[in-house]
Amino acid sequence: MATIYWDEEMETLPRVGLESIQLKRLQSLIARVYRTVAPYRAKMDAAGVRPEDIRELGDLRKLPFTTKDDLRENYPFGMFTMGLDDVVRVHASSGTTGKPTVVGYTKKDIDTWANMMARALACAGATRGDMVHNAYGYGLFTGGLGAHYGAEKLGATVIPVSGGNSKRQITIMKDFGSTILMSTPSYALNLAEAMQQMNIDPASLSLRVGIFGAEPWSENMREEVEKKLNLKATDIYGLSEVIGPGVAQECLQSSGGMHIFEDHFLPEIIDPDTGNVLGPGVQGELVFTTLTKEAFPVIRYRTKDITSLHYETCNCGRTLVRMDKVTGRSDDMLIIRGVNVFPSQVEHVLMGIEGVEPHYQIIVEREGTMDTMTVEVEVSDSLFTDEIRGLEQLASRITRDIKDMLGVTCRIKLVNPRAIQRSEGKAQRVIDRRKI
Amino acid sequence: MRVEQIAVFLENKSGRLAEITAILAENNINIRALSVADTADFGILRLIVDKVNEAERALKEKGFTVGKTSVIAVEVPDRTGGLAAVLDCIQKIGINVEYMYAFVNKTGENAVLIFRFDDMSRAIDLLQQEGFTILQSSQVYNL
Repeated sequence: MATIYWDEEMETLPRVGLESIQLKRLQSLIARVYRTVAPYRAKMDAAGVRPEDIRELGDLRKLPFTTKDDLRENYPFGMFTMGLDDVVRVHASSGTTGKPTVVGYTKKDIDTWANMMARALACAGATRGDMVHNAYGYGLFTGGLGAHYGAEKLGATVIPVSGGNSKRQITIMKDFGSTILMSTPSYALNLAEAMQQMNIDPASLSLRVGIFGAEPWSENMREEVEKKLNLKATDIYGLSEVIGPGVAQECLQSSGGMHIFEDHFLPEIIDPDTGNVLGPGVQGELVFTTLTKEAFPVIRYRTKDITSLHYETCNCGRTLVRMDKVTGRSDDMLIIRGVNVFPSQVEHVLMGIEGVEPHYQIIVEREGTMDTMTVEVEVSDSLFTDEIRGLEQLASRITRDIKDMLGVTCRIKLVNPRAIQRSEGKAQRVIDRRKI
Repeated sequence: MRVEQIAVFLENKSGRLAEITAILAENNINIRALSVADTADFGILRLIVDKVNEAERALKEKGFTVGKTSVIAVEVPDRTGGLAAVLDCIQKIGINVEYMYAFVNKTGENAVLIFRFDDMSRAIDLLQQEGFTILQSSQVYNL
């Protein structure tokens, strides 16, 4: 199979040439950010690093890391390099204590993003002849619009169907002839089930490739999706702090892993405890520096995703480094049906309800194809009523408040006081029973 | 006129009821009447016991969530229509039953109906007016 490229020159550049572009971009980025973003300047000053200290790519490790906390402390626009006049769009993702992480884009950033996403689509074998069924959510979440602009940039036809209403989605797939499906892997399985209920044979549809991401999924799940939807399932990676979807994409001839578009997003792997940079093939936390973003670049941003990097040239001809499937997190973030959930957010909601004890546990399970989240809450004397209705109202109020705050529907399980195990030191807030 | 009932939160987990009754037995507390209300996720055990405060203390010590509520006990002859007569009287003036349960006393002649109404005072006044026998708490605890 011939490889389809979006930008063949950059995607197949020998590493020496690539690294020289990366260095030039990095130097100009650091100089610009030092001049325009006070929090970055303060951190660099504290670490005793000046922009002119970046003489080679390895000097990157002299720079301090950036974390989600930095973004939160400078909420909403404090980490932008410019005033809002030239910012044409913002997106936001849920934060750890209620404040979302806000990211901004100039016109050029939107164009860069569309190009990266077009690369990702081409990497998965898409061309302008394709009908792209985009079931990522449209809105503050970067998934929907990010994929949309990339598919348009590629010249494909986009169906901006967004999430939900599975039966209608299948009717559209059938009637419009969707060839590429973009969604979370769990939603893809959901669509497969709906197809079964409607007695539609996936082989009768035109689906060819799936581009799945925004949540962790396993090789077993890949096999299941491929069988049930009769398509080739590929993995995509991205996060809003870096740009959104289109940071890395698995190719069709994959020798394993996703190609990181590293002429724009410079990756490192670090030991999450010491911060030391780790070598190729070694598992650790993925860190990104965005080389070309204008409004909201990040320097050594800690993704908290655990993976490893591989630099051997791929069968597809791309010289771009490959990252493995993300196998875990170095923090306690959960991804439930594509939504980021931090236990501290659940705690924040519970503490807002009078009488609720600060003892809770979150249990995540996968029932069929859907992730479910159950929050166990202890019933204290002050919450207790001898009427069923009263306790049911309490449970539904907690469910509603969590849904309002996090956008995820959960089940509340009321338990006896002290039923939740107390631990010395760090409480075990999460029990994840999903077999991913 | 009012009888104190204790209510215990029941987590949906096997062995809970057995644990509660064992605690009561250890403390020499006698159960006069009980009912369990349940949903798929949890239940509430309602109990009339001979020693209310001791029961509450013993269960709380063992980590249970316990509440006290006042209910009324109406004694009716144990024959057809006994309960219907009470309910008929109550619904006429728009009082609602939150929950109820019943048992038959030792002699087998009378039934005792335990009620929680949404308006307890009016219910008591009305039932007395209509000539129903409302038991004193001491009578219920020692039934």
